[in-house]
Amino acid sequence: MTHSYLPEPNPDAKLPSPEGRFGEFGGRYVPETLIAALDQLNDAYSKACSDPAFQQELDHLLHNFVGRPSPLYYARRLTEHCGGAQIWLKREDLNHTGAHKINNTLGQALLTRRMGKTRVIAETGAGQHGVATATACAHFGIPCVVYMGEEDVRRQAPNVRAMRFMGAEICPVTSGSRTLRDAVNQAMRDWMSTVDDTHYILGSVVGPHPFPLIVRDFQAVIGRETIAQSETAIGRLPDTVVACVGGGSNAAGMFYPFVATTDVELIGIEAGGRNEQPGNHAASLSHGEPGVLHGSFSYVLQDIDGQTEDVHSASAGLDYPGVGPEHSHWKAAGRVSYDSVTDHEALAAFDVMCKTEGILPALETSHAIAATMKLAAQRNPEDVIVICLSGRGDKDAAEIQRLIDSK
Amino acid sequence: MSAIDELFRKLNKEQRVAFMPFVTAGDPNLEFTADLLTALDSAGCHLVELGFPYSDPIADGPVIQESYTRALKNHVRVHEILEMVQRVSPSLSLPLVAMVSYAIIFRHGIESFLDQSKASGISGLIVPDLPSDESEVLRDLCDQRDLSLVPLITPTTAPDRVAHILETARGFIYYVSIAGITGERSELPAELADNLRELRRQTETPICVGFGISHPKQAAMLTEVADGVIVGSAIVRRIGELALSHRDSAIQSVVDFSKEMLSGLKKPEA
Ligand SMILES: Cc1ncc(COP(=O)(O)O)c(C=O)c1O
Repeated sequence: MTHSYLPEPNPDAKLPSPEGRFGEFGGRYVPETLIAALDQLNDAYSKACSDPAFQQELDHLLHNFVGRPSPLYYARRLTEHCGGAQIWLKREDLNHTGAHKINNTLGQALLTRRMGKTRVIAETGAGQHGVATATACAHFGIPCVVYMGEEDVRRQAPNVRAMRFMGAEICPVTSGSRTLRDAVNQAMRDWMSTVDDTHYILGSVVGPHPFPLIVRDFQAVIGRETIAQSETAIGRLPDTVVACVGGGSNAAGMFYPFVATTDVELIGIEAGGRNEQPGNHAASLSHGEPGVLHGSFSYVLQDIDGQTEDVHSASAGLDYPGVGPEHSHWKAAGRVSYDSVTDHEALAAFDVMCKTEGILPALETSHAIAATMKLAAQRNPEDVIVICLSGRGDKDAAEIQRLIDSK
Repeated sequence: MSAIDELFRKLNKEQRVAFMPFVTAGDPNLEFTADLLTALDSAGCHLVELGFPYSDPIADGPVIQESYTRALKNHVRVHEILEMVQRVSPSLSLPLVAMVSYAIIFRHGIESFLDQSKASGISGLIVPDLPSDESEVLRDLCDQRDLSLVPLITPTTAPDRVAHILETARGFIYYVSIAGITGERSELPAELADNLRELRRQTETPICVGFGISHPKQAAMLTEVADGVIVGSAIVRRIGELALSHRDSAIQSVVDFSKEMLSGLKKPEA
């Protein structure tokens, strides 16, 4: 092992501010009841960051339990298929549990233990974060409850089974749209009553400060490895890096170490769903406006009264009306560009990836693949594009078959 | 001095404890809410907390969540709520306190929301998702309009935060009885009275207690240590069950319950 997996000194050390602001975005818009728990978490995290024992334990787990570093892999046949820039894949799908989510849950499970908390709750959409949380909790022997929208329980059944095998209790959420946003609401309500002994392992760079900071830092291993691996494999940094954006954790983890290097182009891809009409997509940065949801000020899809809008994506992990505040900041600052890809385009990209590379990607990830395929075709063969291959698609197989059959 | 300050002055002189029901605006529709406000006023309630339905209420239990969902299903709009308030408030003697998410206030434009609220006759605001660290701007703008921005304090609030919140409190303190969400509870925490006494030592501002209170006996037990009692789910439940099919009996049931609560709310003789 050549490098540490842990948060390094922040290249943009001012962000977030002590109040949790990324520019104007972020903050803590939560009931007073939760403030003490957020302060406690912030405190535990700062102490952990300067404790070599914490860093060693996390490094050890990421290496031996997760299997890091994940490879940076040249997708030769996909590159030929697109006929332009070289496409490389950062293989987060090869992590234990099949996605980037485990990088964050192990870090937060260690924090749970440091805070002396004895119970964990989590929300999940695609179920990848739920599985990663259940896994981390099984590893440490911490009881775990996962909130999951009823609709997602249906379309992500394999992950529901995996969570139960790992000893987690699944609470289907039947309020609202029965998807990720309602699962977050329900997890927060649980936390309101259980803050004393429970830690909420939030699964993306969303929510009140310090979650967007902590989750980004635990995921930043993706970008740091990519930088080191690019230098070894191609002798320089990539020209362009692409990641899908639901709440934005795989993208933030990939982008953050690149942010200071302004000649690397960064592109985040949201769920374009069926079309651009309200209720038919989940592209908060592309079509939303700044507002408040789930404890932070960021881009959000809401109506003119401030009520959160229903969203749609074929991919359960992108089916969320908000986005992490740091992405809003990067958008406002012009550092990252954001675009969206439809359900249909994502399914087509899924198919190409399976057939050209023998890699079955998650539907979430397929959004980033679709955007990259379009882009690669317009670029030269010397150009290098890296996709954050955030997860594997086994969980989606049944849903994709259903979507193909219902066409 | 806002209408809320005047009310607590008067109640203090009379050695009375305020009773403040919570109702969801537009559950099941705004005509019902308007009639209910009038009935609660006639029944002698001292203030009403008027909940603006919100799609993602994190601090609320199932009863209030469902009332918000019912109202939003009927497409209740914020401007319609304010128009309804404007129609009924001139005939009400009780002050109205809006319980409204910051998501709604921000989306409307803070100043325009406050101007319209003031113009409609609302006297104060409770913003459950805006903790004191984030509330400075809103409080200044409320102060300019003589709207009381009522802060919340909970059992988890650290002592140094309590001191800061007390310094900037307007109208009254909303003391949340439990660490948790709204909903009826058969028992209130044993340490509640002590928590309230401790708070009382630190401030002259009226203290009202809410979350979990559903029974006149619970309210009566709080008269020694609180200046007001807030009841939400126990009211909203009575509306949800009946409002559409038996409109008048729903109002009557809330009025009867409120009178029962009111009868127990007198400060004990010193
Ligand atoms: C494989 C995969 N990629 C991406 C996401 C979206 O989350 P985020 O935007 O936080 O990376 C998910 C969420 O479930 C996921 O499972």
